[in-house]
Amino acid sequence: MAKIMKINVLSAALFGAGMTAVVMTAPAFAEEGVKLVIDGEELTTEVAPQEGNPLDPVRSGWTFRSEETQALETDDFENPGFPLVDYGEELWNTADGSTGKSCASCHGDASESMKGVRASMPKWNKEKNTLFTLEDYINLSREEHQGAKPWKWESQEMLGMTAYIGLQSRGMPVNVSIDGPAKEWFEKGKKMYYTRYGQLDLACAQCHEDNQGTMIRADHLSQGQINGFPTYRFKWSGLGSIHRRFKGCMDNIRAEPFKRGSDEFTALELYVAWRGQGLSVETPAVRN
Amino acid sequence: MAAPKPRVKVPKKASKGEVITIKTLISHPMESGQRKDKKGEVIPRQIINKFTCEYNGQVVFSCDLEPAVSANPYLEFNAKVEDSGTFKFTWLDDDGSTYSTENKLTVE
Repeated sequence: MAKIMKINVLSAALFGAGMTAVVMTAPAFAEEGVKLVIDGEELTTEVAPQEGNPLDPVRSGWTFRSEETQALETDDFENPGFPLVDYGEELWNTADGSTGKSCASCHGDASESMKGVRASMPKWNKEKNTLFTLEDYINLSREEHQGAKPWKWESQEMLGMTAYIGLQSRGMPVNVSIDGPAKEWFEKGKKMYYTRYGQLDLACAQCHEDNQGTMIRADHLSQGQINGFPTYRFKWSGLGSIHRRFKGCMDNIRAEPFKRGSDEFTALELYVAWRGQGLSVETPAVRN
Repeated sequence: MAAPKPRVKVPKKASKGEVITIKTLISHPMESGQRKDKKGEVIPRQIINKFTCEYNGQVVFSCDLEPAVSANPYLEFNAKVEDSGTFKFTWLDDDGSTYSTENKLTVE
């Protein structure tokens, strides 16, 4: 009898220890209503949806992250994306290509000329009669105005430059135009968002709309907003483009991903940007 | 990548006898000398091997770094300040080049 008692006591103790362990390892989610303040400037991380947007409220990915991750973004020194931003600034002022011009030769001070650029991307390019991402605009400038080779989509140069240009819009609300010819691309992106892809047969909306805020294994599902790109991800230990993130999602659902810079991803980028209309640009954001 | 660029965070003002926190980071690949390139040849070691912080010419903090330190070494330390002055930070590279930056501090 005594022996059985002993076993019971032991299992109760183990059970107790197990409970404690569960509590201890639970992810530290940020508290509700915490504000993102960078250098005294408050950013909008939660906003009411515009007409037609199914998300209510629209929330930045920052609000889904743990306190430690959130804290890194509030300080530009701690933000690990900044060394590359500095590199982007250096490139901005460096002459390149056959014309010997730098970005600054034509555009001058980026803090003025590039203000608001990130917030309105992707944008309809009338001359080329197609939808342009920030990367497309940079390479167009390199080829046609500088006479230089285009940068690869995911190169350190391109990421540094998009981060540096994006930083000039930090704090400004995302405001993409879906009027006129961009409407067709918007509809295409929307269709993609609700289309099931891959062996797991999942659409973007199933995770980022229906299941936002719940756990997907060890990760907290966000709304999939792109207001902080290029974003520093711990997983990448570096900055990455929006299209890299899209590709990552498609890999995860075991789909054949589209190429970076493809029409498909550009259309999706427009639609996803529109879903975050009104959120502050956070470039370069920090995520896990 | 770009040439190594130091980043330093020091408060602009402090009170006499205050212990302040100094954060430093330098963008540097910290190539360990253990890796091989695509052809199988060893990539030569190139790291920041020494860091010093001086305040008005006096060494406040100094350390040797080894190949196991990862890229973009980040160092954070404290210093007690009595007088106004200038912090001088120096990073010494394996190839002999030095990178340095200065920060002024006013003690009230």
